[in-house]
Amino acid sequence: MKRFVSLVLAAAACFSLLCLPVSADGLDLDESYYSRFRGKDISINVYNWGEYISDGSDDTLDVNAAFEEATGITVNYSTFATNEELYAKLKSGGADFDIVIPSDYMISRMIQEEMLLPLNLENIPALANIDPRYLNADYDPDGAYSVPYTWGTVGIIYNTTMVDEVVDSWEILWDEKYTNNVLMFSNPRDAFGITLKKLGYSLNTTDELELRVAAEELKIQKPIVQAYVMDEIFDKMQGGEAALAPYYAGDALTMMDVNPDLAFATPKEGTNIFYDAMCIPSSCQQKEAAEMYINFMCEAEVAAANIEYIGYSTPNAAAYALLDEETQTNPISYPDEELKENMEAYIALPEETNLLLDTLWTEILTTDDQFLTWMMPVLLVAGCVASVVKIAARKRRRAREMADY
Amino acid sequence: MKKSWLSRCYVGLVMFFLYVPIIVLIVYSFNENKSRGVWTGFSLKWYRELFHNEIILQSLSNTLIVAVISAILATLLGTAAAIGIFSMGRKARSLAMNITYFPIINPEIVMGVSLMLLFAMCGISLGYLTLIIAHVTFCTPYVILNVMPKLRQMDNHIYEAALDLGCSPMQAFYKVIIPEIMPGILSGLMMSFTYSLDDFIISYFVSSSTSQTLPITIYSMTRRKVSPEINALSAIIFVVVLVILIAVNVYGARQEKQQQKRYL
Repeated sequence: MKRFVSLVLAAAACFSLLCLPVSADGLDLDESYYSRFRGKDISINVYNWGEYISDGSDDTLDVNAAFEEATGITVNYSTFATNEELYAKLKSGGADFDIVIPSDYMISRMIQEEMLLPLNLENIPALANIDPRYLNADYDPDGAYSVPYTWGTVGIIYNTTMVDEVVDSWEILWDEKYTNNVLMFSNPRDAFGITLKKLGYSLNTTDELELRVAAEELKIQKPIVQAYVMDEIFDKMQGGEAALAPYYAGDALTMMDVNPDLAFATPKEGTNIFYDAMCIPSSCQQKEAAEMYINFMCEAEVAAANIEYIGYSTPNAAAYALLDEETQTNPISYPDEELKENMEAYIALPEETNLLLDTLWTEILTTDDQFLTWMMPVLLVAGCVASVVKIAARKRRRAREMADY
Repeated sequence: MKKSWLSRCYVGLVMFFLYVPIIVLIVYSFNENKSRGVWTGFSLKWYRELFHNEIILQSLSNTLIVAVISAILATLLGTAAAIGIFSMGRKARSLAMNITYFPIINPEIVMGVSLMLLFAMCGISLGYLTLIIAHVTFCTPYVILNVMPKLRQMDNHIYEAALDLGCSPMQAFYKVIIPEIMPGILSGLMMSFTYSLDDFIISYFVSSSTSQTLPITIYSMTRRKVSPEINALSAIIFVVVLVILIAVNVYGARQEKQQQKRYL
């Protein structure tokens, strides 16, 4: 027993050694601004995407710890996987978040539904670091509710050992040569977005005819598609299990690190440019502290550390200047202005368009699986018949037993 | 008895499907890069980083705190309920048992949503408290179902004998009934702990910014990529559980042997 206890203690000692805090030195911060809340025992609740902040691994900057050290404000950090999840949490009313980081279309929807508080820009002096090109985007035209955190584009990631030709168009995802070698987004907004762009429409279209044409196009593509996936794309592309897949530029870089055969192309028809931006929801209790956190995230060193960790592109000009030259000139992360002209950000769609998208998407996914439409009623009828027969048999047996008595 | 090759193959196949995923997961926790499919070299990097990852460690400790507290509360509540239900009349007992089954049969998502609505209606803000209340709610039936059979197996005459020999009802309860049903209570406790530990759906609805549990943290990584630190953590959990299981079994076997010796 004694030996066991000493073993446990030894393990605990090792554990605490491993947990030594990484110091947040090397930050040049305005002491008088950040010390305003020191000693007031304030905490803020931050809700961000999973794996979307520099967390101190590999000797990088631990952003939350550095913020706590600089300001004395406690950060309660939690994470979500989809914009819809974030929306549902805020709508249900039980959540108490001070900062959320949704994407473009969700921000415009939340502004419409008055779920966000306007920012007091005077409290965010570091906003000057943000490149003005990325302020006042379509989803928040006045720039009153959000400060951009990252942006990125969607393009085609492909395996150069399987694809010989030049990739510069969405058409290649419809090419029968690559039957069973194409992956496709499994969420309707992105899948339709690509198709609409390929057809030359806007990816925010609300025109029913255009959407139906896109749906037909997706049905044509279906026999070529190996699978409809999201983050499984990483494993499939890195392992060389598929030749082509649409995905986010930042993640393509991560995949190319693992598998050097991979390459990335931004299609000439244009594509989706997406923004994730920091907002303050109306449930916020500590607005000034939250604005201080947003300001901290805009500091050049902090934003640079985050962008190096995440791998997406930064809207922060001061942080961009700190990146190494290879990243700065990488056309995957920072495509030419010329290409960017055709790019479009998502905005919130009206309710009936969302419904139509969902219906069409279900239709596309079930086109081959026709048996589903007759299988369910048949199974239901079979189940009913079985239980009726069983009940009848039991009744008859009981009657016979009674008769025997 | 000689086993045919067919039955051996069958057992092998079952073991294969049960354990190969876990082995793959553990192997890839030692992989040098972030991929789940490409092996580039052996490294302990992810274990090192796991202990630096504030977010994962925080949600792990949340999960453990909630699991321990709610397992203990559910066990107390469930044991008391089981004893109460056991001494009810026939009709009341079957009614109470049906109510007990209900949370188990009920889809978890219904329970999660309804608890969330309930908390919102009562104005309780989401956090540890709501998480623990929810976990106690779905764990208690498992304790009742574990304790009930032990009560049925128990010979009621032992309790009466204790009373005859001068025990007060309270003493008889602690000295006779509790030890008799102890195995049921313990397995109820273990089951509650396990169910609470890996519950996702209900926690998803009732947790908040300060009480995110591990399953939710892992799920939230799916937009970017589930970090191999999770592989490392799962490997550690697997080994810990394995060691505990082996220790319990060895201890049990040794005790049985000692008991046999004593009888000889």
